[in-house]
Amino acid sequence: MTALLVAFLVSTIAASTPLLLAATGELIVEKVGVLNLGVEGMMLAGAIAGFATANQTGITSLGVLAAVAAGIALSMLFAVVSLTLQANQTATGLALTIFGRGFSALVGAGYVGIPAPTLPKIHLPVLSDIPVLGPVIFGHDILVYLALAILAVVAWCIRSTHLGLILRAVGDSHDAAHALGYAVIPIRYAAVAFGGALAGLAGAYMSLAYTPLWAQDMTAGRGWVAVALVTFSAWRPFWLLIGAWFFGALMYLSLYVQALGVAVPSALLSAVPYIGTVVVLVLISRDARRIRLHRPAMLGRPFQARV
Amino acid sequence: MLRRQFTRLLGAGAAATALPGLIGSANATDPLKVGFIYLGPVGDFGWTYQHDIARKAAVEHFGDKIKTTYVENVPEGPDSEKVLNDLANQGHKLIFATSFGYMNYVLNSAKKHPDVFYEHATGYKRTANVADYNIRFYQARYVQGVIAGKMSKAGLAGYVGSVPVPEVVQGINAFMLGMQSVNPKARMKIVLIDSWYDPPKEGDAAKALIDQGCDIITQHTDSPAPLQAAASRGVKAFGQSTDMSKFAADTQLSASTDMWGPYYIKRIGDVLDGTWKSTDTWGGFDSGMLAMSPFTNMPADVATLATATVDDIKSGKNKVFVGPIEDQSGAVKIAAGTAMDDGALSGMQWLVQGVDGKLT
Repeated sequence: MTALLVAFLVSTIAASTPLLLAATGELIVEKVGVLNLGVEGMMLAGAIAGFATANQTGITSLGVLAAVAAGIALSMLFAVVSLTLQANQTATGLALTIFGRGFSALVGAGYVGIPAPTLPKIHLPVLSDIPVLGPVIFGHDILVYLALAILAVVAWCIRSTHLGLILRAVGDSHDAAHALGYAVIPIRYAAVAFGGALAGLAGAYMSLAYTPLWAQDMTAGRGWVAVALVTFSAWRPFWLLIGAWFFGALMYLSLYVQALGVAVPSALLSAVPYIGTVVVLVLISRDARRIRLHRPAMLGRPFQARV
Repeated sequence: MLRRQFTRLLGAGAAATALPGLIGSANATDPLKVGFIYLGPVGDFGWTYQHDIARKAAVEHFGDKIKTTYVENVPEGPDSEKVLNDLANQGHKLIFATSFGYMNYVLNSAKKHPDVFYEHATGYKRTANVADYNIRFYQARYVQGVIAGKMSKAGLAGYVGSVPVPEVVQGINAFMLGMQSVNPKARMKIVLIDSWYDPPKEGDAAKALIDQGCDIITQHTDSPAPLQAAASRGVKAFGQSTDMSKFAADTQLSASTDMWGPYYIKRIGDVLDGTWKSTDTWGGFDSGMLAMSPFTNMPADVATLATATVDDIKSGKNKVFVGPIEDQSGAVKIAAGTAMDDGALSGMQWLVQGVDGKLT
């Protein structure tokens, strides 16, 4: 029984990592008042950039860097259009997702069905062999720990640093932040780039660690789940982590339950994570006050400095 | 690029329909145009990849006597009928539709183009100009099961499947029977992922099975992801459709390998000779349409047993589905001493005893 539970937890943590990475990035983006719906597209760009680079060079870490760069590149496209040119953020984000899907499929056409070096799993001599806790806590690849570390830093930064205060100010009232002398647009650019970097990293996790392959649309909606997670968490890092684990478990559970021999149609089970997303969002949205309390007030609103 | 190819073809098809005179002007010395529609990308390194290898073998065999066209990533829906019609309108005289779900669209297209010959893989409906062909994949599954029975310490294997069509059910049952032939207590678990090609989900399904104690994984989906998942968890697994050892050299025990080449060459030859007929082909080890890739990562005695099993099936000594066989409820489905006939086999919708899980 314990063995079953341990195995389930290990797989859940792996399944939640891409969600956590992408959602952490989007959290910062939304904190400064920008809504980037292009997460799925940036993840796919990261996935193919990482895979192609790792395949060409044989070096996984270079692949990870390339994925981050690809994520940033796409996010800058979004930033120029939506922040500088002030196009509608929702529409721009959607366009970015569509672009990322098509672009990654185009670049990736030659990379289908070939192997690439895989991100190794860490094995710590004593710690990884501790029964139960060992494999759950110490048996993953480096991106799993990196995701948690980044989230911790982000949480600390938002809550307790001067930088966090500035980010929140820009997201809650860009006019006030501007009046105080903060450069709203450059700060938003930086946040969007951070979001792109983490979405790219999430993509690299998919194509280099989770399923070390390239396949068209291999992120399968995880970018959207990540966007939903940010709302689910009401923009609070701790709940983001809980949400990522919850949805990771849900995605994995749909297959796990089948292996247990439970007779549920497989088509229904594959829909469970997405049904779960909708249900949770509906439940949360029932309390409009709670959303308004935590939601960055300027979310999705363009900023134009008044001279 | 894939999408572009697809649209270009649609465009070309529209142009061809608009200019029937041009197409009709083809004369006898022109090469025979042969079309293929594929479910996945040619690089899926599984199902579609093997079909494309066979197409290339045919091109090599016939040289400039034929001209082949393929369209990849064709979904199993109404779009496939459009693609089939376009190929026919462009003057393809023989069209291979290489997935089960194209069946009704093949029939529709064939009705509109009575002068074009259609070949439909893994289906069961035929008309005057539609033939079907399939491989007895279950024979290879039985061999895999024998190996699994010898190699599994837990006596528990996991099967990553796609959708509960008879072909998948035959595979599950044959694997179980093979496993039980060497370990009567053997059991297996199944996960159906509702897709033929979805690497992350295929990998997750394999992980779910391994997490529940399966120490041998076999897959009936098209990417190497389950094999890779097995490799990362340190258990052994089988490749599907093609030798996938380059993805997990220390993990793959063997792979069922689909050999469509000889069939494609024969059928194209029939059209060239004018002897094409609508036939129903179901080839196994003996026809050369099915083979096992090298037996690796196993002791010599297991490899010897596996080779002997292949030989027995090839010679007809072992017919795989021979009674007594009971289903999950314990009801006798095949009486002692009788072999299941092809008709019953191709409609198989029950699981043998020892398989955990349901067909949903």
